[in-house]
Amino acid sequence: MADDNRNFTLKIITPDRVFYEDEVSMVEFNTVEGEVGIYKDHIPMTMIVAPGILTITRGEEVKEAALHAGFTEVLPDKVTILAEIIEWPSEIDVNRAEEAKSRAEERLKEHDPGTDMNRAELALKRAVARIETVRQ
Amino acid sequence: MASMRDIKRRKGSIQSTQQITKAMKLVSTVKLQRAKQRAEQSKAYFNCMYETVSSMLAKTGSLNHPYLKAGESGKKAVIVITSNRGLAGGYNSNITKLITKGDFKKEDLEIYAIGKKGKDALQRNGYHIMEENSDIIEEPSYVDAMGISKKLLDAYAAGEINEIYLAYTGFKNTVVHVPTLLKLLPVEAPESGEAGKETGSKAMMNFEPEDDEALDMIIPKYVTSLIYGGLVEAVASENGARMQAMDSATSNAEEMIDHLSLMYNRARQGSITQELTEIIAGANAIS
Repeated sequence: MADDNRNFTLKIITPDRVFYEDEVSMVEFNTVEGEVGIYKDHIPMTMIVAPGILTITRGEEVKEAALHAGFTEVLPDKVTILAEIIEWPSEIDVNRAEEAKSRAEERLKEHDPGTDMNRAELALKRAVARIETVRQ
Repeated sequence: MASMRDIKRRKGSIQSTQQITKAMKLVSTVKLQRAKQRAEQSKAYFNCMYETVSSMLAKTGSLNHPYLKAGESGKKAVIVITSNRGLAGGYNSNITKLITKGDFKKEDLEIYAIGKKGKDALQRNGYHIMEENSDIIEEPSYVDAMGISKKLLDAYAAGEINEIYLAYTGFKNTVVHVPTLLKLLPVEAPESGEAGKETGSKAMMNFEPEDDEALDMIIPKYVTSLIYGGLVEAVASENGARMQAMDSATSNAEEMIDHLSLMYNRARQGSITQELTEIIAGANAIS
């Protein structure tokens, strides 16, 4: 099924390492404007990443990772994701994520003016993304 | 001429110093390898970041965005990256010189120090140290850089500072380290000639969300990545500088030991000759 011509280069770079680099047929992730799925020959675009699951489809093979922050540069035959934080499911500590989730939820419920709502919300989103990546 | 015992003692002390410098050299060689690898691994990220940001600026350069134009307050923040430990040749003093000998006015500066040596030197010179984060230079992580950049950007947004600089030692290769003063904010739009070349393939780039919103989100990441890059390179340079310094200390010690051995042998020979002359003279006197 995987027609070679429909593949493009996906490169995921973090400050510490090259996280992933390969020919893939589709990549999906969250941006601040909503979920996107990218195939080959997308128009050139720079997008800001929102916390969520990153799905890499390569022929029949599907890989997932938790992507938390960064931005993406899309060119017709190449996608570069500059990720500040990204993890494979095997690298995620579910218990810690659960704890972080309940902590963030509490903070959001309390509506304490002293807490940074944006930060709590982001933390919650990150925790949810981590948990979902592992669950699937 | 010094006595034999003095020379011997001196030689012993130099020898033990040499052992220390030799060990330090080995340690920093190993650390350098690690730091160099990290610096190289992170390079891809910064190059890409830099390209993206400069292509964005080429497109939006005329935009009236707070990150692109200087504010009014006159205060300048400088992040000074040095080491916590000395014995690294000119490594630390080169960085402090960048600031003390630069065109900065002492009163305008707020120093955000990373590394004890730089902080101490600047404090002695009467600079105002806003903050010290010396622990992170031991094991710089991206999260540390995020913390610092967040603090600075908040202060920048609040108008407390209107320019942000980064003073660090760039790592060119194992022997060449360049003390660098980099302006982080406001971001200077690249020269028009240069931008034209670079952005050829990206001129058609679209942004989602719109340009100024995207700038709002990307510039903090850009600043963070530059700070992190500075940290990683500084660690590599520190170990490189220490390795060089210890290498020359070791060879200097070697030279001194050679010289002292020669002196020692001469003194020994001299004393034997003297003893012989005395014995012969004594024997002659008796007979």
